[in-house]
Amino acid sequence: MSTVTYAGTPVEVDAEGFLEDPAQWNEQVGEQIAAENGIAELTDRHWMVVNYMRDSYLENGTAPSIRTLGKASGVPIKELYSLFPKGPAKLAAKVAGIPKPRGCI
Amino acid sequence: MSNTAQQEMAQQNGSPAPDPIEKVSIVISRGSLEGVYPGLIMANGARMEGMEASVFFTFFGLDAINKSKQDKIKVATVGNPGLHMATWAGAIPGVSAMVTGKLGKEMEKLDIPPIPEFVEMIADSGAPLYGCKASVDLFGLSDDDLIPQVDSVITVGEFYEMSAGAQIVFT
Repeated sequence: MSTVTYAGTPVEVDAEGFLEDPAQWNEQVGEQIAAENGIAELTDRHWMVVNYMRDSYLENGTAPSIRTLGKASGVPIKELYSLFPKGPAKLAAKVAGIPKPRGCI
Repeated sequence: MSNTAQQEMAQQNGSPAPDPIEKVSIVISRGSLEGVYPGLIMANGARMEGMEASVFFTFFGLDAINKSKQDKIKVATVGNPGLHMATWAGAIPGVSAMVTGKLGKEMEKLDIPPIPEFVEMIADSGAPLYGCKASVDLFGLSDDDLIPQVDSVITVGEFYEMSAGAQIVFT
């Protein structure tokens, strides 16, 4: 575990850069994490996915599967992969300040 | 072991960290439910991790991309020691369908989609799906028998060619 400062906010992250405490997150933190991971600008469509991931995690304690993400976030699977080419569920979770999803699907 | 754990260990040993896997070619060769799912899960999982992936359906594995068969794939209940069921019991009519139905319900609980939806999901993730030419010829099939998400029917030579730089996973 280490501390990184995003947008003037110190946050604790794990070895892979996922926030340890979702409460330390804000939108600027999300934007910086995205930029660090190859997404220069978060569009409205990115935010739809990120917000859905975050809300779903805060409500259920787990991140949704890619299947659920494709059905319920309002962004279909094809587009998820064009928005987050390096893995939609993983990257959206990182940007959303929630732990890395551990599901296999 | 996670990637980072592996890298840390390599650093401690003084050897360079192994390169992460960037591309996989999954071969699905069997036509039973338990023969098809592992390959689908591995292909989808690779795309979820941001790796390139493709899926090559060969022999009875072709059923998974065959329009008229992909929703009829069942658990093999005869000669399947994993089920811990007497062989004669597995042969009773309806048992295979019942076991398949039960497993399907359990999978739905884990958000694992049925085969047709799963195959479509993988195609949507950007992984090309290929049919094996020898198998298509053997079973007397044509392109029209396969689901529209199939990229093309290719020879084994073409499969190796497009697998350049990939890890080939045979299931």
